[in-house]
Amino acid sequence: MEIFLEYLKTFLVGGAICAVGQVLIDYTKLTPARILVIFVVAGVVLGGLGLYQPLIDFAGAGATVPLTGFGALIAKGTMAAVRTDGLIGAISGGICAAGAGIGAAIIFGLIVALIFKPGDKM
Amino acid sequence: MKLTPKDYQGMADKAAPSTKSYITIPSAFVIGGAICMLGQAIQTLYITMGLERDIASSSTSVTLILLSALLTGLQVYDKIARYGGAGTLVPITGFANAMVSPALEFKSEGLVLGLGVKLFTIAGPVIVYGTAAGFVYGLIIFFFRLY
Repeated sequence: MEIFLEYLKTFLVGGAICAVGQVLIDYTKLTPARILVIFVVAGVVLGGLGLYQPLIDFAGAGATVPLTGFGALIAKGTMAAVRTDGLIGAISGGICAAGAGIGAAIIFGLIVALIFKPGDKM
Repeated sequence: MKLTPKDYQGMADKAAPSTKSYITIPSAFVIGGAICMLGQAIQTLYITMGLERDIASSSTSVTLILLSALLTGLQVYDKIARYGGAGTLVPITGFANAMVSPALEFKSEGLVLGLGVKLFTIAGPVIVYGTAAGFVYGLIIFFFRLY
């Protein structure tokens, strides 16, 4: 029962964040690139204001998997780096925290793009 | 056959892909929510295996990115995206898809200016503005001693 509730919360919060993105696609002229930029920056702002961590505590991957979670991670890493390294942490903290995601996307992206053949666009 | 602009608009609407919000928004909700539940399952697995919470969380992102890159290479992710809309764009898997898809498509233009450049058509701005926002936040907490 508890596991069911945990996954329900993940589904509802993750789904709701994605639905916001769909509203932006349907009702504005924003392109996917702009929407992703908006979500990451919104995540940094919400994370910086301390509003995103409660959502992560509540919904787990429902909050960390959407790109807003990536933004919140940047804010969290910046905070940690400023604490330990001072001003230089403002420069390095965000990119360090995002490192696993960016690194994985570059490495796996490169490998897949090298191996696979481009398909027909529908 | 003569067409009034109104007839033409009707035909164009019929031919255009359906963007009815009462379909697209629930689909985005369900598919986005499902991807997050997959993430939750992977994260739970990693925590059960003994990984620390933060490490489990970033390992989950890495795993989802790997899956998404593979599914993009296999032409599966873009098929799901036709129904998922923002549900496949907003999760981290959409970020990975947005890197691999153009890189693959423009591979024929060369490994550097095709594949290498196109990996960053969408990831570039996301990383630039995410890092910039983090920097502004860092400056604020440093100078106002909020850390």
